[in-house]
Amino acid sequence: MSTNALYELRCRECGKTWGNVPRSFCEDCFSPLEVAYDYDSLKKIARRENLARRDFNMWRYSELLPLPEGFIGPNAVGGTPLVASSKLASRWGLKNLYFKNDAVCFPSLSFKDRVVATALSAARRFNFTTVGCSSTGNLANAVAAQAAQQGFNACVFIPVDLEPAKVLNTAVYGARIVRINGNYDHVNRLCAQIAERFQWGLVNVNLRPYYSEGSKTHGYEIAEQLGWTLPDNVVVPMAGGSLITKIAKAFRELAILGWVEPKAVKFFGAQATGCSPISDGVKRNLARFEPQKPNTIARSLAIGNPADGPFAMKQIRDSGGWAEDVSDPEIVAAIKLLAETEGIFTETAGGVTAGVTQKLIAQGRIQPDETTVVCITGNGLKTTDAIAAEFPDTEVIVPRLDAFEAYLDAQLGAPAASAKA
Amino acid sequence: MPVTIEIPTAFRRFTGGAPNVDCSAATIADALNELTSRYPDLSRHVRDDHGQIRQFLNVYLNEEDIRFLGGESCSLKEGDRVLLVPSIAGGCQPFPSPEHARRGEHRNISCSAVFLQV
Repeated sequence: MSTNALYELRCRECGKTWGNVPRSFCEDCFSPLEVAYDYDSLKKIARRENLARRDFNMWRYSELLPLPEGFIGPNAVGGTPLVASSKLASRWGLKNLYFKNDAVCFPSLSFKDRVVATALSAARRFNFTTVGCSSTGNLANAVAAQAAQQGFNACVFIPVDLEPAKVLNTAVYGARIVRINGNYDHVNRLCAQIAERFQWGLVNVNLRPYYSEGSKTHGYEIAEQLGWTLPDNVVVPMAGGSLITKIAKAFRELAILGWVEPKAVKFFGAQATGCSPISDGVKRNLARFEPQKPNTIARSLAIGNPADGPFAMKQIRDSGGWAEDVSDPEIVAAIKLLAETEGIFTETAGGVTAGVTQKLIAQGRIQPDETTVVCITGNGLKTTDAIAAEFPDTEVIVPRLDAFEAYLDAQLGAPAASAKA
Repeated sequence: MPVTIEIPTAFRRFTGGAPNVDCSAATIADALNELTSRYPDLSRHVRDDHGQIRQFLNVYLNEEDIRFLGGESCSLKEGDRVLLVPSIAGGCQPFPSPEHARRGEHRNISCSAVFLQV
């Protein structure tokens, strides 16, 4: 551990340490690197009681993130609601159900704002003036928004078939968008080569270890919002598979620091059936997942060769959790259900998570008395195309009271007439 | 068949700096074996203890992941390119490394040449 920082990169396989550099894999064994902390020293400086004076956003946990010394959070990312469910909990027969709602994360309405926030702190530290990413949409939105605010040039790489709203939500910030004729896995492969060739900070490639640490704040907030306790179950959407491992890391760290009582939390992973390499691997008990060609409306989860898939599978198995997947019609139904019962409009990925939660309850894997948190990671306004067919245009009437009464009679029949004042 | 294996930067210290290795092979497995017999230090980075391609190394035949082509046994034809890409690869030095600078490989393009100024 270096003397001037309480963290550095360490290989997840061989354990070799690499200091703090823009690199995502170990040069010795070519396995992924992650940020490792000196928890003994952290315990002395990171105190839960210090949080009371801080705003409720992700930077309140700064000591637990790989930030340069003296770093001041430049934006109010995170600090999203933990919604205690009543209606859906009742319908599903659960007593303690919560939705962690990153559909309203600042500034770009997905949990990717958190990872970009820590990645750009690293980009600044490593003197990159240009940042970018390979993205299924949400990440590009987050990179573009925060790069604009912080004065980086942004160049993002996306598959050709992304939802128009996600492309527009990147373009508006002035980012350069490079559309790739291929799926996300093709884009990601290209970005791996670009990171070798260009002096750019690609947040989910060469800045990946710093980037993925931002996800931990989703987990810290859950614990804090539950009154510094850990839930029994967490249901997490999986694309590359990083988020589920980082929420687990967040919970472990809080226990190490003594901020929560240690607890065995079950981790449940959610995917779309049309792109389910990780859930398929868990369900068939494979040693290695098999990559897939994505074919689902949940494009933000459409990663057929998930980089953190092996770690996600291990986390799920070790915790005693499970993984499931849902079809496109089930995703649409779950989006509507969440909106109608909880007032939360989530994108397709959230439909996946809610739909999978319903399935896990039906399977008896989530029990009524347990505390269950469902992670909603993106906003429905970004994927309206996926559900537009459910809501055809309604009848238009003239602005006259008798027209409205006739409309009501036609819509509702006799009861409407008796309801008139 | 004469084919070309593209070597990622991270592996080039094992290939004497060569970015491409030409070889003659009938299948992906043959190509990898020829590569590792020519550069034995690369062996443990290409295959694990069980002889499988390492979990965090992706192998592509032209544009396609070989796992969609039947794996290592898929056959090669003349002029094919085999691409090795460490999973979630990428990672450059904080500044152009001496090795990159010498070969003029690293492109420090960041502003007006590529970007709209906003």
